[in-house]
Amino acid sequence: MYEIRIHSRGGQGGVTAARMMASAAVKDGKFATACPFYGAERRGAPIVSFVRIDDHPVRIYSQIKKPDMVVVLDPTVMDTVNVLDGLKKGGEIFINTHEEVQFPEQFTVHKADLTGIALRENLVVAGSPILNTPVIGALAKLGLFTPESGTKAITETFADPRNVAAAKEAYNEVK
Amino acid sequence: MTEIPKEEMLLKCPSTCAGCGSLLALRYILKAAGKDTVLVIPACCNSVIQGVYPYMLHTVPVYNIAFAAAAACASGMSEAFRAVGKTTNVIVYAGDGGTADIGIQALSGALERGEDFLYICYDNEAYGNTGMQRSGATPLGAITTTTPNGKTVNKKDLDRIIEAHNLPYQATACASYPADIYNKVKKALSIPGPKFIHILAPCPPGWRTPSEKTVEIGKMAVKSGIWVLWEKEYDKFTISAPSRAAMKKPAPVIDYLKAQGRFRKVDEATAARIQAQVDKNLKKVAAEAAYSEENA
Amino acid sequence: MSEKLMMSTGNKAVAAAVKMAKPTVVAAYPITPQTEVIETIADYVGSGAMDARYIPVESEHSAMTACIGASITGVRVFTATSSHGLLYMHEMLHWAAGARLPIVMGQVNRTLAPGWNIWAEHSDALSQRDTGWLQVYVSTVQEAYDATLMAFKIAEDNRVLLPVMINMDGFLLSHIMQPFEMTEPGDFIPPLNLPQKIDVNDPKGYGAMSPADIHFTFRYDMEKAMKNARTVIAETEAEFAKRFGRSYAPVEEYLCDDADVVIVAMGTLGKEAEVAADLLRKEGIKAGVMRVRWLRPFPLDMKVEGKELVVIDRDYSFGFGGVIAGEIQARYPGAKIARVIAGLGGQEVTYEDMAELVRTRKIGTEFWFGIPKEEQ
Repeated sequence: MYEIRIHSRGGQGGVTAARMMASAAVKDGKFATACPFYGAERRGAPIVSFVRIDDHPVRIYSQIKKPDMVVVLDPTVMDTVNVLDGLKKGGEIFINTHEEVQFPEQFTVHKADLTGIALRENLVVAGSPILNTPVIGALAKLGLFTPESGTKAITETFADPRNVAAAKEAYNEVK
Repeated sequence: MTEIPKEEMLLKCPSTCAGCGSLLALRYILKAAGKDTVLVIPACCNSVIQGVYPYMLHTVPVYNIAFAAAAACASGMSEAFRAVGKTTNVIVYAGDGGTADIGIQALSGALERGEDFLYICYDNEAYGNTGMQRSGATPLGAITTTTPNGKTVNKKDLDRIIEAHNLPYQATACASYPADIYNKVKKALSIPGPKFIHILAPCPPGWRTPSEKTVEIGKMAVKSGIWVLWEKEYDKFTISAPSRAAMKKPAPVIDYLKAQGRFRKVDEATAARIQAQVDKNLKKVAAEAAYSEENA
Repeated sequence: MSEKLMMSTGNKAVAAAVKMAKPTVVAAYPITPQTEVIETIADYVGSGAMDARYIPVESEHSAMTACIGASITGVRVFTATSSHGLLYMHEMLHWAAGARLPIVMGQVNRTLAPGWNIWAEHSDALSQRDTGWLQVYVSTVQEAYDATLMAFKIAEDNRVLLPVMINMDGFLLSHIMQPFEMTEPGDFIPPLNLPQKIDVNDPKGYGAMSPADIHFTFRYDMEKAMKNARTVIAETEAEFAKRFGRSYAPVEEYLCDDADVVIVAMGTLGKEAEVAADLLRKEGIKAGVMRVRWLRPFPLDMKVEGKELVVIDRDYSFGFGGVIAGEIQARYPGAKIARVIAGLGGQEVTYEDMAELVRTRKIGTEFWFGIPKEEQ
């Protein structure tokens, strides 16, 4: 079982990202679940959502306490939230940033400037850049699912081809 | 003259009190509605009047439902009938407690949604079925078992509340005027959407009047102007003939009050207050009718 | 296989099953966390994907009442609610069952105020236990879909004619996204033939005064219908398995055959308990799980002999104890039960917690998870 925790803010599409991740994994023949942790639904508040991917049906409903990977869609949540909480030793971090970031050495850090990609692709809704489709490309690069399944998960959710283009750009940007 | 069908829709076995105004009204309601009709009855006198299982009084299906629930039940029933292409009349027959008090939320919701049924409130101005406790529709000064010294506040103006929902058809009636009831029910059922008729139904045991005086007491209510018969079809407001005649020279309300034991504790000051309210309301009604005529 | 699967929340799966069942009338009132069920149905109706009347009533009391009014005309109806909404329906739940109307309801389990809390607990549905409704508790998105389809068939079977409530844990299941297969039911649910439906050409009275020498016979008939429901549920679940390949039982057993200790729970806790059993077995503890699905009619053939039971109640009956533990003890007097109260108001209970509850069980006692032992 591979467990991922996504940090974002309400309205940024973290929940939809979780669904597309799980959907992509299922298209690869795996089992997956995606769930948001619900507080009061307030736009702009820090939120977390969870994705579990496994070779067997996922039977766990409780929250992920020791994730294998942490995805930080909005780095500003780190001002108030410890995104590394419970992250397994040797765990992976993916962060949306164009800046140099420092994390403890025991973790493997990946990054891409999803915000920059979204702005370049003009993927902006209600003044906010769309992060949940480029992140699918980035996570495909990290091997969570195949790029083909990632693309399918995106096109099932969003008709606009710029979403797939943004995902490809993020795929190429992640090292 | 109105031709009222001879055929009776009620069988000769009602378990009413003698002189029941609500049953008299229902007799003409069903003659107007005809056989393609379902009655929805919440907890009220008419839950009892219809008889005890396995016997029944009516020759149309009757669906009994919980006290607060009549309008919601009629909503579901009407929607289901219409969904399968049936034009069956759905008529709620509810008391004043089930309408003005506990059932008003469901009623307001149904009227707002524009459900296609006719809601008829027979108003005996108290919870008659349980032995005459006060309701929101009990008038000022009336003695009930829970207002032993006479009610100290006014009757709820149910019709104004209903009017705020802007129905295609709304009317008042009185059990003493069967032709008026018949015509109003006929007209209401010819119009799609939510319709409401408020019928004053004298109640001999509750009002403490002789059983044979039901029709007379109802007529006194209309002649004094404490109860006004009118109808409103979309924006057209009309005062009905008996009230038009009565309003030329209304009888003193005190005669109506004195004819009923329930008002025996009404003092002079309260009687004057009631008369003043009646006078004011008659002016309002007349003005509304005039306005409607001018703007027709 | 994976091509047929789509990601869906529990709420949307219930709505999808309702669409497949083609009800004529849906009357509902929104409440968290049920809202997505009725929003989805309203959208189906609005877009023409579903040919039904959607009645946006002003309260849950009216939702259930409108369902009653529609159902008695002989059409298929559905509603959904949760928590306080279910309690507000209480009077009409009795009415629906007493009137023998096959209404189907999606019920999202949520705790009750005060204080305001929107998370999972079973107290809402269990407080309606005695209303005459069949109650099934589901644990996955697929099961929510399948159980909803089966609910219509079971409720409408003329041997039953009682309403059915499909319960799923608020947020944990209503909002989780899992892959599921939106199976086309075909003719699995036969057309409704309500024997007592209103017919103006054969007028009848419904629910008039019933005297003391008759009233109890109506209630006895309801219990006969509940007994029949056991058979009908078994037949329906067997037919479902045969046609669609997914099988369910009134009590889902997991590794129970040789188990010394069994976790008994409903809903998502009952599913996650399987992971606890796996963990315990690695430690040499022969653990299993009995996930109670049908609470009404109550299962009468649980194999509790020779096993210790750790019953986890996500509910409480004050002045008595956990409802499920109490019911099992009443029906199986010899059962050795450790009673645990856990998960109230969304309290987090993991499979590791459940494994520890098994390791530290004390038969014959009640333990509130999260309250220090010395305080109990």
